[in-house]
Amino acid sequence: MRKLIEGSMAVAELVKLCRPNVIAAYPITPQTHIVENLSQFVADGELKGEFLNVESEFGAASVVLGASAAGARSYSTTTSQGLLLMGEVLYNISGLRLPVVITCANRAISAPINIWNDHSDAMTVRDAGWIMLFAEDNQEAADMHPQAYKIGEDPNICLPVLINMDGFILTHAFEPVDIPDQKEVDDYLPKYKPSEFLTVKDPRTFGMLAEPQWYAETRYKLFETHEDAKQVIEKTADDFKDKFGRYYGGLIDTYRLDDAERAFVAMGSLIGTLKDVVDDLRDKGEKVGILKIRSFRPFPKEKIREVCADVKELIVTEKAFSFGLGGVLQEEIRAAFYKQKHQPTVSGFVLGLGGRDIPPATLINIYNGSKGKEITNAFVDLRPDIAPGPFSAASVKG
Amino acid sequence: MSETTKTKKIKPPITESLLTCGHRACSGCGESLGAKLVMDAAGPNNIVTTATGCLEVFSTPYPESAWRMPWIHSLFENSAAVAAGIESALKALGREDEANVIAQGGDGGTADIGIGCLSGMLERGHNILYVCYDNEAYMNTGVQRSGLTPYDARTSTSPPGTESWGNQHQKKNLLEIAAAHNIPYAATASVGYPSDLMSKVKKALKIKGPKFLMVHVPCPLGWAYKTELTIEIAKIAVMTGLFPIVEMEYNKVTRVRKVGKNRRPVEDYLKLQGRFRHVMTEAGKIELEKIRLIAQANIDKYGLE
Amino acid sequence: MSKPIQLSVAPGTSKANKTGSWRTMRPIFKHDTCNDCRICVIVCPDACVIGGDFVYDANLDYCKGCGICAHECPVDDIDMIAEVR
Repeated sequence: MRKLIEGSMAVAELVKLCRPNVIAAYPITPQTHIVENLSQFVADGELKGEFLNVESEFGAASVVLGASAAGARSYSTTTSQGLLLMGEVLYNISGLRLPVVITCANRAISAPINIWNDHSDAMTVRDAGWIMLFAEDNQEAADMHPQAYKIGEDPNICLPVLINMDGFILTHAFEPVDIPDQKEVDDYLPKYKPSEFLTVKDPRTFGMLAEPQWYAETRYKLFETHEDAKQVIEKTADDFKDKFGRYYGGLIDTYRLDDAERAFVAMGSLIGTLKDVVDDLRDKGEKVGILKIRSFRPFPKEKIREVCADVKELIVTEKAFSFGLGGVLQEEIRAAFYKQKHQPTVSGFVLGLGGRDIPPATLINIYNGSKGKEITNAFVDLRPDIAPGPFSAASVKG
Repeated sequence: MSETTKTKKIKPPITESLLTCGHRACSGCGESLGAKLVMDAAGPNNIVTTATGCLEVFSTPYPESAWRMPWIHSLFENSAAVAAGIESALKALGREDEANVIAQGGDGGTADIGIGCLSGMLERGHNILYVCYDNEAYMNTGVQRSGLTPYDARTSTSPPGTESWGNQHQKKNLLEIAAAHNIPYAATASVGYPSDLMSKVKKALKIKGPKFLMVHVPCPLGWAYKTELTIEIAKIAVMTGLFPIVEMEYNKVTRVRKVGKNRRPVEDYLKLQGRFRHVMTEAGKIELEKIRLIAQANIDKYGLE
Repeated sequence: MSKPIQLSVAPGTSKANKTGSWRTMRPIFKHDTCNDCRICVIVCPDACVIGGDFVYDANLDYCKGCGICAHECPVDDIDMIAEVR
């Protein structure tokens, strides 16, 4: 059924269709509408599961950990400060190999306090061992939820999944969204059947102390599984396309990249703006396309190299920064091409921090200003009294 | 073999404990004794969470686990929240009759870092028994002061010196904090009185809703006493009034263990433990009096006379 | 594809660890005045008092020699002696 609904409602509808057994809820802008919608579904008997209003995000993550360990499909959602507060538990969940799904309504991190969108929150947990997917629009964000459970609950994967959707920009935007039937989702996403869980029928001990002679292998296995997850993520997206007729890419997606000489690289809702910008540039004869990173973890190095084989210049436009190093996506994209036969020039631009607007004109300026150059760590659209030049104090080569 | 004047009552064979041998607790550890009694009173149909701490570390160094029921350790401060998740899962999956859920934690993991999750669990009314093992310090990390460390106790972060008599704060009343959530059952117990402890566990598990049990568990290493005195010291603590044995239902005291003519002076308790050695001196007389007042206040408050 | 591991074990695997090697004192159950109260069984922190029917002993594979059983026995039927090796 096609509805014109808020992004948060679209997510709540799809979460409901995934039949979660336990939901832990704690409010934080801009995710709150998701848990509010879920609580109404529960109150109206549409969602049959345990809905807990917990005492903090730390509590929320711990509750979904316990529920999953006991064999239940569990769900929570958070952002920014809440994601950080859960940080400890996120590592615990991946270490315990529990396929929990959490939606992160990406938001900037305090201090100073800012409730608007950027990707810095997700970046703080990029090493936590979670699969991390970024959604471009509300339909994709909603559809990611059954996909995420399917990926995580795969008996060869057993990993938690963080679904990232831009706070306010997606969560609070009203877009037409296709909500599938319960039966369609049930066919696509069967019941969760873990091989080991807390039960008196098979009393096992979980969460043990691992001394130096035991710990390292668990990390190696996480590394291995992230490599294995690459093909599972692709297959899950393909199966979704077969079943529901919608596809947004697997690990990555491309837009007008086939004959592109230059390409934007980005994640999340920015892709939508970039598509309009690229269409305009193409109309003017520019050979430009987009590389959309959909799976940030595992990072799809191989796919990126493959689709950029003939692209000369990559323009990374991102909403996060690793202080003391450089733009997060900028650095990871550069590293993907290290020692490769084909090494495109990679320029990196940081924009949209703390929810600052990204008008198409900005992206066109970036496109024009970086032609034939390698621009590194460019903070864009800052106040001129703070940051001199068109791209702040970025280093410019060429 | 001795003669008996009564008819011999045949006792059932000893069954293997649910917290079995081979764990790495210190010799004479009150907490391992407490946990053993709790588990055996509870029985095998329990899913148990435990916070980081001595109990978790000495019982589960991979691949050795002393637990014989389904058990999970997550983090230091979330035993109650993980248990809440498990209890909710059992409800959602129609498995409520399979097992009870017991959450465990030490004094640090419950009263300090874990108090948020504990409060949330109690407030939401989960059907969980929370057992706090109070050995009065962060023992596993080397005896640091916690919110339940008693007045004047030496710990590695509250040592006595020229400027200090040791821990300068009184124990948080965790029993009443838990009871204030208006839960059906909150009680203290001691390994000094094993039968009382076990019967309280059995009683609690028959009640539906959140239950809280705080067990006093002496620590030979942290309290600095000879290992064989664990039970004796636990008993004397109760008989001085320094660790009141109280039951509360819906935030009202319903039963206490009176000390009456068995009352012991606080000196009898303190003199057995190295952590109070500095108090048992000529210079420490005023501190001793302060501790007497604390004991008296407990006796007055709960009517333990 | 590799099978995920998360280090869980079956119950009671701690029995592989023979903590009896720790002790410096050993309990001697005299089997003389025992009244079958089983206080020794109840108070052992390592659950290693075995036996039944007025005859109890420490499981020396695990006994850490803490001495609580001897201290608490109401009829003084347990002595602690120095461990001999």
